[in-house]
Amino acid sequence: MFKRDSEDCPLSQEVTPPPPAVTEAERDELRRQGILLTSLQELYTWGNSHSVWPLNFGLACCAIEMIAASMAKFDIARFGSEVFRPSPRQADLLIVSGTVTKKMAPQVIRLWNQMPEPKYCIAMGACAISGGPFKQGYNVLKGIDRFIPVDIYIPGCPPRPEALLHGLVQLQKKIQGFKLTGPDAPRHLRDDQPCNCPVPEFGEHDLEPPANPEVWTAPPAIVRKD
Amino acid sequence: MESPEQIRDRLLARFPGAEISVVTNPGIAAQHSLLLGAAHARAIAEFLRDDPTLKLDQCSNVTGIDWPEKEIVETKNISTPDPANPAAPPKVVEQKTKRLQPGFLEVVYHLYSITHRHGPVIFRLRTGNRTDQATVPSLTPVWRSCEFQEREVFDLFGVTFVGHPDLRRILMWDEFKDHPMRRDYVEPDDYEWEPTPHGAVLEKAKAHYPTPPAPAAVAPVKGAVA
Repeated sequence: MFKRDSEDCPLSQEVTPPPPAVTEAERDELRRQGILLTSLQELYTWGNSHSVWPLNFGLACCAIEMIAASMAKFDIARFGSEVFRPSPRQADLLIVSGTVTKKMAPQVIRLWNQMPEPKYCIAMGACAISGGPFKQGYNVLKGIDRFIPVDIYIPGCPPRPEALLHGLVQLQKKIQGFKLTGPDAPRHLRDDQPCNCPVPEFGEHDLEPPANPEVWTAPPAIVRKD
Repeated sequence: MESPEQIRDRLLARFPGAEISVVTNPGIAAQHSLLLGAAHARAIAEFLRDDPTLKLDQCSNVTGIDWPEKEIVETKNISTPDPANPAAPPKVVEQKTKRLQPGFLEVVYHLYSITHRHGPVIFRLRTGNRTDQATVPSLTPVWRSCEFQEREVFDLFGVTFVGHPDLRRILMWDEFKDHPMRRDYVEPDDYEWEPTPHGAVLEKAKAHYPTPPAPAAVAPVKGAVA
């Protein structure tokens, strides 16, 4: 599981928190006395992280694993994500489960734009991360992170349902680390962050533009000796 | 089932003047095929479908092949006897002639008979060239199953099927201009860093490696104060 830690994704910037006014031990003592002491931020992220409703949307074989994760044996309901919504208007999480062809990419981005904030994206499987075995082909997008910001990458071809559940737990941890105010606040609580990603056009040879420069820049080339 | 040669002889008897020849397959599979001229292709296809002994009522597969322009070098040994000394062995001069074999596109049909449970009978159609005469007659009116497969060959190879009821691109988007399965297709240059490139990918990656700084720019100017 990889968390994206870069400057263009302020969601995951780590800052050292100021020392709390009430220590953990004092809180436990209060809880034993029947008093729950919490903050609005904790309450908000707690509620947010335990009701992540995914979009009912699958692209390829990874979707089969996603369906398996939602069934009784793996039971994604344990983590509060059993409600697969058929409409992007009601969904919080876009699981890009499978190969994104260039013909499908604008529709995936349109679905992302139709989802209301707060929204999260999981790139599930090798294809959604990088194009996978089709990377050198002519009609497969080399990673959905070229167009939309991805929170969690789950490698695998396809990943097991346990891997998807682990990715979901990692996403919940990430949500629980959000601050409600300040420069580290997530995208949906800030005015200077766009919520929508531009939808590319079908060009004569490729998608135009081939990537969204606001969320993706080409990694620097590392030159081999030979 | 009849051999391709027997089918060819029967077809020639039925359609005098039609261009029909057998293309032998030298491989282990030895799947020999018939090469049909475009003029009689539709009539021959209907004959193959309706003939009581063949009854090839299912077209299971339509494929395209691209044969690009090929330079053929023929070596010929010309022996010229020495006029001064006729007893001496003649001088042998190697003469090389180059000729350009024009390219063309080929469409291959695989036929089976559900009625008689035999097959496959394979036949090929050739286009005049790869640019302005890339047309063959459509066989969708004969076998309905050809419809999508001929559209795919049209999409990926650029063969125009004359008489096809709905000739549109099927895999790529309508605005796309190239034909990706042609040998001379140049894919869009959407390079992404590869950890261990090799082969053709390495050659492509090299074009994107950062250019080393010019030595003059790096070397300190003589007499400069550090």
